[in-house]
Parts: sequence; C-alpha cells; structure tokens
Amino acid sequence: MKLRSILAALAVAVSGPAFADGHEPTKVGFVYVGPIGDGGWTYEHHQGLLAVEEEFGDKVETMYVENVPEGADAERVMTQMALQGADLIFTTSFGYMDPTINVAAKFPDVKFEHATGFKRADNVSTYSARFYEGRAVQGHIAGKLTKTNKVGYIASFPIPEVIRGINSAYLHAQKVNPDVEFNIIWVFTWFDPTKEADAAKALIDQGADIILQHTDSTAPLAAAEEAGVLGFGQASDMAAFTDTSRIGSIIDNWAPYYIERTRAVMDGTWESVDTWDGMDTGMVEMGAMTDKIPADVQAEAEAMMAAIAAGEYHPFTGPINKQDGSVWLAEGEVADDGALAGLSFYIEGVTGDIPN
Amino acid sequence: MDFFGINPVLLITALMIASTPILLAAIGEQVVEKSGVLNLGVEGMMITGAICGFIVAVETGSPTLGFIFAAVGGAALSLIFAVITLYFLSNQVATGLALTLFGLGLSSLMGQGYQGVKPPLTSKIDMGPLTDIPVLGTILFNHDAIVYLSLAIVVAVWAFLKYTRAGLILRSCGENAEAAHALGYKVKLIRMGAIAFGGACAGVGGAYISMVRVPQWVDGMTAGAGWIALAIVVFGAWRAGRVLIGAYLFGGVTVLQLNLQAAGIAFPVEYLSMSPYLITILVLVLISAGRARALGAPAALGQSFHASR
Repeated sequence: MKLRSILAALAVAVSGPAFADGHEPTKVGFVYVGPIGDGGWTYEHHQGLLAVEEEFGDKVETMYVENVPEGADAERVMTQMALQGADLIFTTSFGYMDPTINVAAKFPDVKFEHATGFKRADNVSTYSARFYEGRAVQGHIAGKLTKTNKVGYIASFPIPEVIRGINSAYLHAQKVNPDVEFNIIWVFTWFDPTKEADAAKALIDQGADIILQHTDSTAPLAAAEEAGVLGFGQASDMAAFTDTSRIGSIIDNWAPYYIERTRAVMDGTWESVDTWDGMDTGMVEMGAMTDKIPADVQAEAEAMMAAIAAGEYHPFTGPINKQDGSVWLAEGEVADDGALAGLSFYIEGVTGDIPN
Repeated sequence: MDFFGINPVLLITALMIASTPILLAAIGEQVVEKSGVLNLGVEGMMITGAICGFIVAVETGSPTLGFIFAAVGGAALSLIFAVITLYFLSNQVATGLALTLFGLGLSSLMGQGYQGVKPPLTSKIDMGPLTDIPVLGTILFNHDAIVYLSLAIVVAVWAFLKYTRAGLILRSCGENAEAAHALGYKVKLIRMGAIAFGGACAGVGGAYISMVRVPQWVDGMTAGAGWIALAIVVFGAWRAGRVLIGAYLFGGVTVLQLNLQAAGIAFPVEYLSMSPYLITILVLVLISAGRARALGAPAALGQSFHASR
C-alpha cells in the first residue's frame, strides 16, 4: 500500500503541470535517430530545437531523446514524452512513421510532426525538404569535377527519398558528362560510421574520385580526406570536420519550420498539414563551396540554385526515361509531387538494381 | 589486373585494415583461452579500449598515447573479470557476458561529449622506396604501425606458446590446472596475466576502430566485432596462424561484400555476409558434438580452479 501511494503521489506530481491552466510553458519534444553530435542529420534537427528555445525563451520547454531505434523503442519514447506533458512532438526519421501514427492515436490532444513520412492524421503533420534539389546541384558539380568518371554513392535505405536523390544527382551529372558512372553501395543504416567508412573506402578503391552520401555521419568525408578524393557534407555543413575533402554541402535548415509550428501550437492555430519545402523557402540550403570547385562551375551551380529557388527550373524535367528505357517524363514535362513522393525506380543510365 | 572491376591488390590492402581490430582481439583471447579461461567479455573490452584510446588521443593529441591507454583501459576492465572469476570463483560465461554489458554502458558514459570530435590522425609508417614496389609495396609496406603490431603479436604468441618454457606453463594451466598447481605453478597469477594481455589486445583492437578505421567516436561502434573475434579463436582451433587466417577471411568477406556492390555485380551479397557466421556455427556444432579435443580446445577451458580440489 505504501509503495502504491508513493507511486500515486509521484504520478500526480509528474502529470500535474499537464493539467494546469495555460500559463505554463509549451512543451516541445524531439525524437532523434542518431546522436546530436553526428555532425549531420540529427545535429541539424537539434539546431532547430535550439532555435525554438532562443525564439520563445521561457515560454517554451524542450526535451529530446537521442539514438532512438526505428521501431518499438520509438513508440516507448514518444509515449513517455506525451506522458510528460509534451504539447508538440517532432519525430525526425522516416522509420518513426508507424510508431508516430500509433502513439498519436492514443494521445489525441498532443500534436505530432513526422519528418519525411507520408502518413497523416488529425494530430499528425508531415514535413520534409526537397533534398533532391540540392542533389541536382551536387550531381552537376560531380559530373564536371570527376576525372575517373566514377562517382561513388553511399545509400542508406531503398526508400523514395534516397532513390530521388540518386536519380537527381545522376541526371545532372550525366547532363554535363555523358560518360559518368555511379557506383552505389547500400549500407542499410542511417548512422553507422564504421560501415559508412568501409563503404567509402570500397568506392574509392574502385576508382571513384567523388563521394556522395545519403547517410548521416562524417566518416565518409574522413575516408575521402585520407584518400585525397572529394565529397559533400550531408544534411549539415560538415565544414568543421574535414579540411580538404569537403567541397560543398546540402544543409537542411529546419529552424524556421520548427519555430513556426511551435508558434501555431501556442496560438491554437495548429492544423495537420503536409509540408514539402525546398530552396525556395530556405529549408534546403547549399553550404559554401570551396575553391576546389573551379569558378565557372561554381557560377553554373549558383545559377542552377537561383533557378530552382525562383521556381524556374525543376530538377525532374523531361525528357527522362526509366531505367528499362520506357518513357517516364516527356519533353518538357515536370514530375508531379505525387509521383516523386512514391518514386521507386532508377532513371535510364543508372546501373544496378534497387534492393528490396 | 582487375577482376570484375575489383582490384585485388587494393582489396587485400583494405581487408588487412578491416581485419586488424578482430585479429588483435582474437589473438589476445586465444592466449586467455589457452590458459583455461573463457572470457566472453571481448566486446566490452574492445569498446572500452576504443573510448579510452579516443579520449586520451583527443586530449593529448598523440595517437601513440591513445593506443597505450586503450591497452590500459582494456586490461583494467579485464582485471575486474579476472578477480571475480579467479578469486570469487564465479561462472566464467556469466561473468564474461556481464563484462560486455558493463563495457558497453561504461564506454557510452565516458563518451558523452566526445561524439563528433575528430581524433588526431594516425599516420602511416614511411617505408621509403619499399612502398613503391609494385603489388607488394601497396599490400605490405603501406600501413600504419598498428597493422604491423598486430602481425608481430601473432608471431610472438605463436613462438611463445610453441617454443618457450613460459608458454608451456601457460598451456599446462589450460590443460590441467591441478597438475600445474601440484608442480608449484601459481595458476591464478598466470591466468590473471593472460586475461590482462587479452584485455590489452582487445582494447587496442577497439581503439583501431575509433581512431583509424572510422575515425570518430560513436556509442556501441564496435558493433559485434568482439563476438566475431571469439568465433575466430574457435575457427582458428586455438592456433595463432589459423587465427590470423580466420581474421583475414572474416575481414575479407566484409570488404569483398562492399566491393561487389560498388562494382555493380548482381551477386546477392547476403550470402557473403552470412558465410563467416555459417562457418562459425558449423565449428561450434563440431565442438559441442564432443570433437573439441580433436580441434585443440584446452581441456580445462571454462573451468574454475581452486587449490582445495
């Protein structure tokens, strides 16, 4: 009995603030797939958290959990956050999709925001960035700069987001360099520096002199630096980690979105929406290019970025054929968002099969 | 000289680097098992060595000091195991498993604040003109010191166990501890020394992952390498030379798998990935079927020793 009454008292103490009236701070939770020190994906989400704190000061209270595996554990972490009185929870990896939907159904008053997914509910929004716009620029630079005509690509999971990136990069590399070839390694992880480093080394051994990565750690750039080849920062600038190999980067800038959504919860104007922003709103940014990229290529890249940001150019503009040679987009046709969101095939010229 | 777009010279060079951590851990564990102790805590000692070495290297800027402290860290952790199993006579299997869990947790705690930090570069040894020899120069004379250290340890362990009196005494503790004790040898001290050596080797192996192969610190980054090392000892039938072959085979399969993917060869890489484990299972089945003696397992492996018996 004693233990039970202590537990009951604890429960009241813990849940108390959640039932108090509206004067206490808005609680915002973040679920991270990697450590905040990964220097990439999770680091950039955490910058968003810090921006929210700075914007709202003591009107907001944040909490986060790192290294949450995609699956049942994620559900546990989200439930815990909801029980601790979170008003808004950002779940920041594709694999949290079903757990987010499950937990959201149990806590109808808590707002959820799932990154890069496609399942929504009344209290679940989705948001993502058009990373493929950045990939187009990277592909252009890689096509211009490669001397061996081999570009290495470290891919994570065979999901549309990753396949879009490969297609976009290849398309624009091949436009400026018809001989270019993409070697793709699937590592089946978002964050495993050992695997990523080994994959980068295997690609370099096979002659790739530019490494693109769709994984979160800085290990591929470190491997590139050691071998004297070039690469790009992924999801974050990564300039601080290597002095020589990084020649540019795609930066995911989540901060404005996180601030806007937190404000919506405070104002009571939050609604379930599907956001997919790119260079136009600044959600996708390109990090500074180094002088390893010749000035004329830099200028071309800048022009492409400007055209994409202004909405004048869409990276997936026809004519584009599928890998098997059949027509996907006719001359001048632009891929619609629905087709892009579910993209599950390589375009013509990319070799190899997409694993299941 | 490429086969299916894979350059065998570079493949061998890469597999030597990929195999070094498991080779170090396995050769250390071989000595431990030869003394009659089964320490399943290799994974825990590796990861502890990985973070100890990483912290020291980052703070001092010296990779050499880092590797020394990785050895110290691994050995220190293994001594916990030694005291508990040798003096408190706890079950070696259970204690070893606990050591792995403890090591993983401890390293995660120590590593707070070191994620995303870049360690000082471990440079390759400058071999001068030797490196320029075609084929051999790339394979043999183009590595960092730890790769050579691991090979030197393999040779030293082989010679020690086979040719020296001290090696014979260590083996006697593993074959028949009572007899060794009756002859006046201090079984517990000898086993303790072997365990500490195993811990030091595992620690350096772990640090090779965090300081050379990746190089970065991440929670749980040894990712099962310690278990592979344990399997290699069995696979190598407790012989230094075969342990070396086993380690390079395991490492080679990992590297080959990635290279096949990069070369775009339509071979289901899953088969290659699982092949070392299949061999391990086969070896373990053979052993549990009572053929362990034939394979060369020490007779007193895993048995606690107390002088009263």
